[in-house]
Amino acid sequence: MVYGVLGFINFAHGEVFMMGAMTGMITSNKLADAGLWDSNFIGSLALVMFGSILVSMFLAVVMERLAYRPLRGAPRLIPLITSIGVSFFIQNMSIVLFGPASKSYPRRPDWLRDKHTFLEIEGARIMVIVAAAVSMIALWYLVERTKVGKAMRAVAEDSEIAALMGIDVNKTIVKVFAVGGAFAGMAGILWGVLFGSVIHNTGFLPGIKAFSAAVVGGIGNLGGAMVGGLFIGIAESVGPLLVLEPLGVSGVSQLRDAVAFAMLIAVLLLRPSGIFGERLRAEDRT
Amino acid sequence: MTATETRPGSEEEFAPPRRVRDLDWRRLLRLGGVAAFVQMFISLTAMPVRLDERSVIESVLSLGFVFIGAIPIVAGNRLSRQVKLEGVAVHRAGRYELVGGALVGTLAGAGLSLLVMLITHFDLREPLVNWSPQLRDLLSFNRGPVFGTLIWLGIGAAGGLIGGGLRLLGARWRRTLLMMATTVVLASILEQLVVDLVSGVGLEPVAEWFYARRGGLTQAGAGVTAAIAGVTTFFGRGRMKAARERIKTLDGPARTRANAGMILLTAAILIVVPLLVGSLTNELLANVGLFVLLALGLNIVVGLAGILDLGYVAFFAVGSYTAAVLTAATSPRINPEFPWFVALIFVVVITGLVGLFIGAPVIRMRGDYLAIVTLGFGEIIRLLFLSDWLSGWFGGSQGITAIGGVEIFGLTTIDGTNPRNIFYLVLVFCAIAIYVSWRLERSRLGRAWMAVREDETVAEAMGINTVNVKLLAFVVGAILGSFSGAIFANKVGSVFPSSFLILVSMVILVVVIFGGMGSIVGVIAGAALLIGVLGGPKQPGLLQEFSEFKLLIYGALLVWMMLARPEGLIPSARRSRELHQEEFLQDAWLRGEVESDDDNGDGGDAGTAPPGEART
Repeated sequence: MVYGVLGFINFAHGEVFMMGAMTGMITSNKLADAGLWDSNFIGSLALVMFGSILVSMFLAVVMERLAYRPLRGAPRLIPLITSIGVSFFIQNMSIVLFGPASKSYPRRPDWLRDKHTFLEIEGARIMVIVAAAVSMIALWYLVERTKVGKAMRAVAEDSEIAALMGIDVNKTIVKVFAVGGAFAGMAGILWGVLFGSVIHNTGFLPGIKAFSAAVVGGIGNLGGAMVGGLFIGIAESVGPLLVLEPLGVSGVSQLRDAVAFAMLIAVLLLRPSGIFGERLRAEDRT
Repeated sequence: MTATETRPGSEEEFAPPRRVRDLDWRRLLRLGGVAAFVQMFISLTAMPVRLDERSVIESVLSLGFVFIGAIPIVAGNRLSRQVKLEGVAVHRAGRYELVGGALVGTLAGAGLSLLVMLITHFDLREPLVNWSPQLRDLLSFNRGPVFGTLIWLGIGAAGGLIGGGLRLLGARWRRTLLMMATTVVLASILEQLVVDLVSGVGLEPVAEWFYARRGGLTQAGAGVTAAIAGVTTFFGRGRMKAARERIKTLDGPARTRANAGMILLTAAILIVVPLLVGSLTNELLANVGLFVLLALGLNIVVGLAGILDLGYVAFFAVGSYTAAVLTAATSPRINPEFPWFVALIFVVVITGLVGLFIGAPVIRMRGDYLAIVTLGFGEIIRLLFLSDWLSGWFGGSQGITAIGGVEIFGLTTIDGTNPRNIFYLVLVFCAIAIYVSWRLERSRLGRAWMAVREDETVAEAMGINTVNVKLLAFVVGAILGSFSGAIFANKVGSVFPSSFLILVSMVILVVVIFGGMGSIVGVIAGAALLIGVLGGPKQPGLLQEFSEFKLLIYGALLVWMMLARPEGLIPSARRSRELHQEEFLQDAWLRGEVESDDDNGDGGDAGTAPPGEART
């Protein structure tokens, strides 16, 4: 989303996600100490989610204000490098502020750990899927059906013309960052609840994978992004077994991330507009 | 806008001083708030606690406090900065500066006061690991929270007052004072190097007089250092400037001679110094050299051709592993035990091929896709080296150990036990890399690279085969990086996949960008400053206490450089012109219309031609 509007990859997006998970870790542990986590799980989860969405939004907006806004209109390489720097900074900030060790979430309640339904899926996974679906719908509504969303799409299309049409480009971009940050924060919480721990480089791989998902699905295409996410997820968990094992490669699970990267590279090489993306004009992506 | 920053005090007519009543309160609050926040943040990273062990002046000042103390001063100074516009007179400095500075400083100090109070009353150790009584005691100088709260208000006010007051001084005095402070801090940072060097010449007593045994300058030493710096700056600056101007205006053979002299002098220093210093310093120099080599390679890719390669570490890794496999007797599958120089030929060929292999598909992409894809390749290569699948070849996570040294015609063997020889080896390759980059930059190919960097479409229209040209940049960069890798394998004596994290790519990128993309001198200076002082990804620098924070600082530095000075520390003339084209045009226009002096102060108007760079 942010990529679509700004035209550059925000490497720091994964770090916003990580900070969301961190905030969630802190608040949920505090709540667990107070006993609320066990007694009223849904309520405290909502609280935690609210907190980390707020923090992630704030972080994303501050990031935009300090690092990216002054660079609008600079040569293209420059914001890209800046975002690498921001990501680097936030990762290491998390190390020095919270310590380098991996930190764990409190235990989830039993009903989230039991297997449910006929598919034998953990409760937590169901929760993640439901949350993802809900947020997809919310995002779709925001982007396609509201005035703000319209402004965002207009800026993505051509910010100068959008400005001429009376859209405040800066405010719109801030909103884009806020929305992106909120979603990253939410994802951070889900990650934390699902995997139970968070560490400073939690954000790196998910960030790259999120980008690959967005590219696979076609930039700026929400449904595509979701399918892309599914596609990447399936490919990386099944791909090594299906493709590499028959080739006599040992220790395939180690190559999981390598496969994910290889997929990304392949997609970017063969079909830079994504599986569902409309054909983009060459000059749009330069 | 042509807004050149100048401080009042230069030789122009002034408007009367601003009145205190007219203080820009919003700016003051914002600046003070930011400063307070920065101070709290720095304190919570435990930087002061860690750096407290490193004293600048014995038992007076530690490096930790230099950092905290500098913030109110900077804030106080920034507040009264005036934007100079053509034709608008600058206000003379007066009470406005002093009062404003003090207020901002107090606000900044209030951040730490608040922190001291908070630490006393709340316990947030759970998420924030540095939220400790230790930090509070340090901040309150062991005299209880009340004292700590008040003292920081005082220190802040004083700092802000100094910062604002600096504007009251004439330019010359101000420069002298700043120089004195900088020199003292620098002298203490470079302590290891200086002591080692001075002792090497046989002047231990001098070193002992200047530096305290437990680190830091002695009080007398600091005084003398400051005095020397002050006197030379006060009286010598004009002369330095004149000399530099004269060299710049030289032309033809005279200039060539001057340049040759400089190069010979640098070479002589680089050859002699390692003989005088101990192995620890030589180790440091060798590390710096390795990174210079890497940075020069990346400079060709990023700086000249404008291809943002985030997986540069891949070539470093391939170079290392090739050298290791071919020279070490213990390498798992094939161990031909070639001499190092024979292996080097293979290293060049193999890395070149890998560069081609990675580059060929990648090079057609533009900008950000390319960055991500190279990042992916960098990671894939490391994962492959790490995997069980190829461990029969590369040893997996065990790596390859017991790599022999470099034999030079049977005369000596260079290996990690003797960092001085390693340094000389690196120096030779650095010289080759510098020569190659320098020649390439001025060649047809180099001009093609720069054309591609500036505008690919136009370059293509000019008849440049952009794909081939970019691919060549990729391969040349890869080969330069592989040299560094081969020496690295040899120096450390073993290679592990964990030495080739993406982190290394990032650090090299920071070095190149900090130094100045496309500028050879800049890149070398960047490597020397960053790797030498702060340290590389795993190698310690002069400020070992910094090792926890160096990556944080690298990140901040990358962002800050991009915002404030994207052309780098020592920019290449052409690059800075590209980035500041508009300002250049406007400056030129103004110069035509108004006779403006091109005093660019030290505020960083990078528009003027940088010193020491070749004419374009």
